[in-house]
Amino acid sequence: MNLLYQSQRAMRAKRQEAMRRGVLAVLDIGSHKMSCLVLRFDETDPGAASEGVGAMAGQAGFRVIGANTTRSRGVRFGEIDTVQETERAIRTTVQAAQKMAQVRVDHVIVSFAGARPRSYGLDGEITLTTGTVHDADVARVLAACDIPDLGQGREVLHAQPVNFSLDHRTGMGDPRGHVGNRLSVDMHLLTIEAAAIETLLYCVKRCDLELAGLASAPYVAGISSLVEDEQELGAACIDMGGGTTSLSIFMKKHMIFADTVRMGGDHVTSDISQGLQIPMCDAERIKTRFGGVIATGMDDREIIELASDTGDWNHDRRTVSRAELIGVMRPRVEEILEEVRARLDAAGFDHLPSQRIVLTGGSSQIPGLDGLASRILGNQVRLGRPLRVQGLPQSTCGPAFSSAVGLALFAAYPQDEWWDFETPADRYPARSLKRAVKWFRDNW
Amino acid sequence: MRSLMRRRSGVDPAPSIWTYRVQRLWLTPFFRRLLRVGLPAFALAFGTLWYFTDEDNVTALVEGVQEIRREIENRPEFRVNLMAIEGASPVVTDEVRGAMGLDLPQSSFDIDLDMLRERLVALPAIADADLRIQSGGILSVTITERVPALIWQTREGTVLIDAEGHFVAGLEDRVPERPLPMVGGAGADMVVDEALALFAVAEPLGDRLRGLVRVGLRRWDVVLDSGLRIQLPETGARAALDRVLALDDVQEILSRDVMRIDLRNPRRPTVQLSPDAMTALRQLRDGEPNPQPLSGDQRG
Repeated sequence: MNLLYQSQRAMRAKRQEAMRRGVLAVLDIGSHKMSCLVLRFDETDPGAASEGVGAMAGQAGFRVIGANTTRSRGVRFGEIDTVQETERAIRTTVQAAQKMAQVRVDHVIVSFAGARPRSYGLDGEITLTTGTVHDADVARVLAACDIPDLGQGREVLHAQPVNFSLDHRTGMGDPRGHVGNRLSVDMHLLTIEAAAIETLLYCVKRCDLELAGLASAPYVAGISSLVEDEQELGAACIDMGGGTTSLSIFMKKHMIFADTVRMGGDHVTSDISQGLQIPMCDAERIKTRFGGVIATGMDDREIIELASDTGDWNHDRRTVSRAELIGVMRPRVEEILEEVRARLDAAGFDHLPSQRIVLTGGSSQIPGLDGLASRILGNQVRLGRPLRVQGLPQSTCGPAFSSAVGLALFAAYPQDEWWDFETPADRYPARSLKRAVKWFRDNW
Repeated sequence: MRSLMRRRSGVDPAPSIWTYRVQRLWLTPFFRRLLRVGLPAFALAFGTLWYFTDEDNVTALVEGVQEIRREIENRPEFRVNLMAIEGASPVVTDEVRGAMGLDLPQSSFDIDLDMLRERLVALPAIADADLRIQSGGILSVTITERVPALIWQTREGTVLIDAEGHFVAGLEDRVPERPLPMVGGAGADMVVDEALALFAVAEPLGDRLRGLVRVGLRRWDVVLDSGLRIQLPETGARAALDRVLALDDVQEILSRDVMRIDLRNPRRPTVQLSPDAMTALRQLRDGEPNPQPLSGDQRG
């Protein structure tokens, strides 16, 4: 666990340094597209930057000064598949965003959806030595959480204290200063495959960038596309991407569950490509232009030409009605939504007081999806778009960019994570003099 | 049929690692500033230094600058064509022209007005000079001349001096417009004001007055055309002369056969008679003629 502390704290230090410099890039690595935003942090409140339970780097106002999106390469199911290709795609988008921003970016925060995230709900309990809760008590209770067996080769991505309870009182956001005897905490732990992180680190390093943070795509998509009361009362955000459909459940402004369905818009495209026997690029074009999930009588009369240039006249002059296209698309979309339903049920989403579901991501732009989703997922379904942030170009305001925008918000207003609290004193290594020397070397 | 449009296949849209790095380097603010400001500044400084290490370049540059300066100075706008001399008599005008020694036309940048003025003021006949270059290329010289007040006879020669005792001109060089009183003796130019006051007092003498003679750098003698000398005291010279004139009014002492009237001691005015008068006086006093002239003390 100390290794985790160290790596996460190193990333946090880099993020703070980037904030001091004022320029930070966020990079959303998706299976279908890769988008990069360059943020400029104008004013950082030095008072709020102190470490502890408070927000990590203070409430920083930021502005998007560079934005670029490029076709993703070498990414499958939200995880890096071909390192060199992904590296080239990252270079393309980072270079274009830098060019737009006219500033060099050194630090980047990355989000990705894949690598099989797994959620754990942990709880820990301690008896308070003094009557009042102090910072050290919070750190102690976090350390008291018993970590389950994460499995071989898995790494913690998020570990956020969700709820504190003191004696019989629960639902506390910040227990410090309260008086009681027993302090307990509920913590949400998200783990992903360690290999994915290592590959990503390698890619980012090859691009001369420094990784200043990592975030899970469903989490940041939820941050940007759920409105505040949805986050407070409880809602699920379903980010329908190209290669994966990721879902996250929010409650009391904390993520309490995240998961990924390894199916997305690219599978719909490949279905169209296979079903209609057309190339993938044509299938993608037809899907975005004529696609839908609910067929009407009108769609029988809308004829789509499947032009190609194979030389076979009959093959080149084929047509298909829109109803047929919908007939190809709908089963796959239904399958995705059914899978999401299963994951939500497994997470116990139907026990939540509020059953709001927000669909976002690029595939949520299929016409009629909200009607289909409300049949499968429940009544309270809406389509979500990311929050508006300052300086974001019009072309990157769509639902496909909810995780990129959420990543920017995550960079500006980070939530407390486990490693933002001090390590409890009894977990310090014995040779504290060596630590002091190291601290001096790190800071001076 | 194949597509007429050529597909851009095989071209990787991603920047190569070196393109990417160069662009990042170029976006670095320090590097940008270094290249946009530092490099030109260094090149400029280096080039300038290299240029000036060669002696020929320096001389060529200096000569070029001087050539441009000369061209500007020689423009007709700055040329002085005429010299207008005001307030000087024709003789002095010639003197001024000679003293200034300008060969016009000349550039106004080459004319040193202060030097010329000093040269003019050094001329004896000129009290003050005012030089200025007026528009139209005229050098205007306004001259205040010294006015001769006295003729001063010295052992070296006879000269004209003004009311302050300054030398104006030799008498042979310049004929005064009006008759001037005459003084003699060493140091007479030091006390011209005294002399002029005495001349004013001696106005009634008219043509009989020949001049004043400074004696021993301390007192004046009045010399009349008959050879009579009136020796005035050091102090109270004017009063003494008044007294002599009063005596002349009453007793016509100056018309008599007197050689010298000595007023050096005001309480004891003394008259020296001529030898003939002395003889006549003795004869009158003794009642018999005395053929031998008086020798020794001639004072009576």
